[in-house]
Amino acid sequence: MSQIVFEGRPVPFEPGQSIGAALTAAGIRSWRTTRFGGRPRGLFCGIGVCFDCLITVNGRPSLRACMVEARPGDVVQGGGPDA
Amino acid sequence: MRDVVVIGAGPAGLAAAVTAATAGLDVALVDAGRRPGGQYYRHHAAETGALHHGWDAFVRLRDALDRLTYLPGHRVWNVEDGFTVHALAGDRDERPVRIDARTVIVATGAHDRSLPFPGWDLPGVLTAGGAQALLKGDRVTAGERVVVAGTGPFLLPVATGLAGAGATVAGVFEGNRPYGFARRVAGHADKLREAVGYAALLVRYRIPYRTGHAVVAAHGDGRVEAVTVARLDRDGASVRERVIVCDTVAVGYGFTPQLEIPVQLGCATRMDADGSLVVVADAAQRTSVPGVYAAGETTGVGGAQLSLVEGELAGLAAAEALGGIAADPAGVRRLVARRRRLRAFAEAMHRAYPVHPGWMDRLRDDTIVCRCEEVTRGRIAEAAGLGATDPRSAKLLSRAGMGWCQGRVCGYATSWLAASACGRSPGPDDLLGTARRPIAQPVRLRDLADDAPVRPHEVAQDPPVRPRDGAGGRPVRPRDGTLRAGPEGAVRPRDGNHPINPA
Ligand SMILES: Cc1cc2nc3c(=O)[nH]c(=O)nc-3n(C[C@H](O)[C@H](O)[C@H](O)COP(=O)(O)OP(=O)(O)OC[C@H]3O[C@@H](n4cnc5c(N)ncnc54)[C@H](O)[C@@H]3O)c2cc1C
Ligand code: FES
Repeated sequence: MSQIVFEGRPVPFEPGQSIGAALTAAGIRSWRTTRFGGRPRGLFCGIGVCFDCLITVNGRPSLRACMVEARPGDVVQGGGPDA
Repeated sequence: MRDVVVIGAGPAGLAAAVTAATAGLDVALVDAGRRPGGQYYRHHAAETGALHHGWDAFVRLRDALDRLTYLPGHRVWNVEDGFTVHALAGDRDERPVRIDARTVIVATGAHDRSLPFPGWDLPGVLTAGGAQALLKGDRVTAGERVVVAGTGPFLLPVATGLAGAGATVAGVFEGNRPYGFARRVAGHADKLREAVGYAALLVRYRIPYRTGHAVVAAHGDGRVEAVTVARLDRDGASVRERVIVCDTVAVGYGFTPQLEIPVQLGCATRMDADGSLVVVADAAQRTSVPGVYAAGETTGVGGAQLSLVEGELAGLAAAEALGGIAADPAGVRRLVARRRRLRAFAEAMHRAYPVHPGWMDRLRDDTIVCRCEEVTRGRIAEAAGLGATDPRSAKLLSRAGMGWCQGRVCGYATSWLAASACGRSPGPDDLLGTARRPIAQPVRLRDLADDAPVRPHEVAQDPPVRPRDGAGGRPVRPRDGTLRAGPEGAVRPRDGNHPINPA
């Protein structure tokens, strides 16, 4: 099974899955915190509408984890500079 | 210049695009998703259709996509008069794309309608549609022990789907008490069969189904660990509460149509029976703007079958208008009759599953309403105290709806909270105020510079900020090169003079 790397830890995924789905399947529920209250955020709408799930993939910030398909070896961190 | 560009490849957009292309028109079908099908036909990369209702109809449409130009992974952020569609292609490396067309068919569907409650921003609380999308598109169950709540028949496929995939569903808590359901589905044999099927599945998976109940709070440290469920009285007040342990909540109160593109184009809107803003469409699915058609949930939430019918009618109408290709009158009559029947059913469902305004009384002062800007109910009340009694002023004063999602998630709730502060319920103008998004998707400044109807040099520097109609406010400042477009619009696409407005 293919893997991505989330904050240093390998996370498996099935081909065609979004990064958000792979993290959820691995029991990871949140991957960023909010700007003001530091509140944790993960998937909410699941379809690219809410922007709760922002993530940094291979250094590219502010992508939606529910919309980006996982690729083997992706290095994933939570949020973006603004998130 | 294409004949037609269809925006959205759900049931409505697929039917419209394939119908128009089959009639001989040059059609482009643009969709944000990675695979065709929209919400209803959302599927896994290796889908066989075994578990999908109506999969054959989808396969027929998908197989016909070679008659047209299908552009997946394209997010449309603006449509100019005339028409020029601006999109960004790719899910990580965004490429600006523009498509010119004589006709636009808007089929952008809907998203879940969410209501705030204490703890609703804890990880593990998802929209009902979000849980469904994870299951259908990724074959991932949102959690192990799930509470399903909100209102409407959509909660049933969500709950039984999760249970079928191995999750424990601790209960379905339906806010309404839809007595007379049998009467409402009478005459709709297919819908009755569906309801009976779900009832059987609830029994098989031992899922408790409680009407007149709501999740009134979620609890947990860093993620949801339990919810408080309340029995509601006729006024929507909670009369008896209990705590249910769970790791996931899937909650949905119906759907909100995605109207940014028709609103950008100036299409007339109205308020539908479910309290959502929808596009006005005539018998041929024409909007009030010549050359712009709308089909599916953008014209009123009504389910996939109605979306298919409206899409086909829009495709036929476009073919007739552009190519003089007359449709078979008997076929059109059948479609029109089917549309009438399905609309009537949808309206009966809207009346059976309304959103009771009692949800507002269950908020605390510190309950987050706008998840992006972390605006609480208390701050919205303060704004109302300062005279912000319409959603637009409430937004400007409290910043609710000004974050990344541009008020898609909190727009409905903010409209209600602002309007009810002066003792009324929101009307279509209130809803329109929260639905205006001149940039339908966040766009990096670089991409704007490459492609946009805005001139690059005006975007490249920190641009002048000019309040549009006397409303003050903070300018939107790009940080990581991503333009955060507030609902008031970060970019004025047409005159290009002051691209960044205060939002
Ligand atoms: C998350 C979710 C899950 C749902 N699951 C089910 C279900 O399992 N069963 C069921 O009966 N009903 C479901 N529904 C209800 C659903 O709305 C209807 O069943 C049906 O899919 C509506 O068809 P449509 O063609 O009108 O719109 P949709 O199916 O919503 O299709 C709209 C399409 O437009 C695209 N789009 C929107 N904006 C843009 C843009 N700016 N640029 C490019 N593309 C854009 C979207 O990506 C989408 O593919 C769900 C709704 C939601 C929100
Ligand atoms: S979960 Fe809402 S945008 Fe990804």
